[in-house]
Amino acid sequence: MDLNQFLLPLIGGAIIGFSASLLLLMNGRIFGISGILGGALLPSKGDTAWRFAALVGFLAAGFLLTVIYPEALAIKAEGPVGRYVAAGLLVGFGTQLGSGCTSGHGVCGISRLSPRSIAATLTFMTAGAATVALMRLFGGAL
Amino acid sequence: MKLILSAFLSALVFGVGLGIAGMTLPTKVIGFLDVTGAWDPSLAFVMIGAIAVHSVSYRMIMRRPSPVLTPKFLIPSRRDLDAKLLLGALIFGVGWGLGGFCPGPALVASVSGHASVLIFVASMVSGIYVHAGLMKFLNAKKR
Repeated sequence: MDLNQFLLPLIGGAIIGFSASLLLLMNGRIFGISGILGGALLPSKGDTAWRFAALVGFLAAGFLLTVIYPEALAIKAEGPVGRYVAAGLLVGFGTQLGSGCTSGHGVCGISRLSPRSIAATLTFMTAGAATVALMRLFGGAL
Repeated sequence: MKLILSAFLSALVFGVGLGIAGMTLPTKVIGFLDVTGAWDPSLAFVMIGAIAVHSVSYRMIMRRPSPVLTPKFLIPSRRDLDAKLLLGALIFGVGWGLGGFCPGPALVASVSGHASVLIFVASMVSGIYVHAGLMKFLNAKKR
């Protein structure tokens, strides 16, 4: 068994947990990426500057990764364009309707034992697994 | 200004964590969701690592009367389950399984310039506006 296969996800996860704690400690905010993105795209409350700063931070992380760990961005995505159009639309719409994604519900919500986040995480994990199972069954192309 | 800097730094660290964890690779994410096929359980450790750290630090931080830079913590207080939450999570999950991207990793991976990610991010932004438009329409109808 390749230890790195589990060690890198564990270390990456710990870094994610640390960064979510940093935002909570300094800004008093939950680190929910879909919420940050939605709030930046639909400014209504006047507190958009920190959201844009976070979005820039994600892009900066991408640039930093190309230098320190380029494997992270060696993307091999398969399938037709329509697949990514549909995926993006569903992710954008679903995360706004469901008030969160993998970060806000999956990491922050579960950490504070929010019943809503636990239910949402179980739902999107199951839906994701079911979708992949269906693609395997009917499409073949993964 | 400090709020902006700490948001930038938090996201920078978060994004690097996503990359190291393997979350920016859609093939890896789909492998994790592929429980009926060639299941790759390694990404479960991302969640284990993140929750292990954050569940402890969350409790330590919340002992403070306020955050460092703002007057109060803004934590969602709702505990009830409703149709919007579950339907939204279901739709998100289908999109996640279909493309292998969730919002954060897609933003980080967009730097690669790979067409699939750029198309995904543009569509995700569109999806957010479609949701806002639909809610506006439904709220207008209610009145």
